[in-house]
Amino acid sequence: MICLGIEGTAHTFGIGIVNSAGKVLANSTRTYVPEKGGIHPREAAQFHAAHARAVLDEALRTAKIEIEDIDLVAFSQGPGLGPVLRTAATAARALAVWLDVPIIGVNHCIAHMEIGRLTEGARDPVALYVSGGNTQVIAFDAGHYRIFGETIDIPIGNCLDVFAREIGIPHPGGPTVEKLAKDGKNYLPLPYVVKGMDLSFSGLMTEAIRRHREGANINDLCFSLQETAFAALVEVTERALAHTEKKEVLLTGGVAANGRLREMLKLMAREHHAKFFVPPKELCGDQGAMIAWNGILAYKSGFRQSIEDTKVKQRWRTDEVEVTWRRS
Amino acid sequence: MLVKKGAEANLYLESFAKALHRAGKGKVVVKARIPKRYRIAELDIRLRESRTAQEAKLLSDAKRAGVPTPVVFEVDKSNMRVVMEFVEGRQVKLVLDKLRPAGRRRLCRLIGKNIARLHRAGIIHGDLTTSNMIIKPDGRVYFVDFGLGGYDKSTEERGVDLHLMKRALQSVHFRVADRAYADILSGYREEFGEGAEEIIERAKDIESRGRYVPKEERAWR
Repeated sequence: MICLGIEGTAHTFGIGIVNSAGKVLANSTRTYVPEKGGIHPREAAQFHAAHARAVLDEALRTAKIEIEDIDLVAFSQGPGLGPVLRTAATAARALAVWLDVPIIGVNHCIAHMEIGRLTEGARDPVALYVSGGNTQVIAFDAGHYRIFGETIDIPIGNCLDVFAREIGIPHPGGPTVEKLAKDGKNYLPLPYVVKGMDLSFSGLMTEAIRRHREGANINDLCFSLQETAFAALVEVTERALAHTEKKEVLLTGGVAANGRLREMLKLMAREHHAKFFVPPKELCGDQGAMIAWNGILAYKSGFRQSIEDTKVKQRWRTDEVEVTWRRS
Repeated sequence: MLVKKGAEANLYLESFAKALHRAGKGKVVVKARIPKRYRIAELDIRLRESRTAQEAKLLSDAKRAGVPTPVVFEVDKSNMRVVMEFVEGRQVKLVLDKLRPAGRRRLCRLIGKNIARLHRAGIIHGDLTTSNMIIKPDGRVYFVDFGLGGYDKSTEERGVDLHLMKRALQSVHFRVADRAYADILSGYREEFGEGAEEIIERAKDIESRGRYVPKEERAWR
């Protein structure tokens, strides 16, 4: 069985092609970069619509298959920005109807988890999923993926991006902040906010921007911002790990590309005798392969959807998803 | 004797004589905050120091506000440890699902009252989970872990506290979570009195944040 997965929740439009053995045959993406400021949902959706055909053709070429070889179409049904979700959903419905194959809507956050389990061989991890749009600590428990911690205001990727933008670093700011942080020597105390298992980054971001305006050394500031934010992320993951008594830690999402975050999480996992996994960079960020793979998992477990069930869910919670493909 | 290796601290059950003074009797709990190698030393020391000092103060202030908490015998900031009374009883985490509905309701209302007492005294617990509550044979519910607590009287912080309680119930006691939370709120309302509704509403509001919502509504810039 070959599944074509369409991702479209935020900046990135992606089409991945995966077979039922879990082999990724193609994984093409295009990413919308706003000229200035943050993401504008409608502009992003227009960008996705404009590039959908090219991405599809590229994916089919890479996979060396014809479009008729597709047995199943999966798409990111949520959570995400409304106009962007609807664009991906429309493309998916059109394809499924035209090819006369089943369609399955996939939860974007869980797809990140599942592609990590597939490619890294993690069985039952506590996952730290960090991106520009999401920050969650997720683990499987009694039939559902439960959220053991999440941001109560802005996601970590958004915190880094907005900070970078405010101090004049172009999008995407994360990698540049990481580079600048390497030469940071002095730790400047910044607000560290962990509430139970939940996180908050807006105060941290505001304070970091304020310190920059006051003339703080840019390297020290990037260093301190990373150290503070990541320590909070790792602490919350650690609490979830201790609480669930699981033995694996998975790091995923766009911010997983950050070397310092990887290092910190790995150290924490080791202290708890847990294995540490992080998928290759191209499978950490938003892409269609994870959607396709999750589609296959759901389909093989007997899950079916009709076109009427494919309405997008902007606020679809990780813990609301019916996980038909996992028992334990 | 190490009794619990927590994420943040180790709990040791020691004899009073060994931990504090040879004339003492009975048992004490020693909570020692462990260094974390994943974070830089400056941050690590700052967090452990402030949490050690703050926790001791919160424990006594909470007790003054009418919430049963262990007595603090010693705060040792150089070793990042707090020595406190050993509260014998059962973790609420282990009993909540097993209780009959009436008993569970009573317990939850009591928990709600405790939370309201904390809030009225300007205390935020910061980590309201059923693992941090111990029910004594006499029926009193002790709140034992104030490691992430603080002082704040804002609706927002109180709302977050309630929201966390709900989240903890949903992740551990999902079968009874809704009912339990409703009962906690009923105890909370009764004890807190005027102003409780605003906090409960804020907790709902907080629940709906932290995920994708239309751009106009969220903190995205």
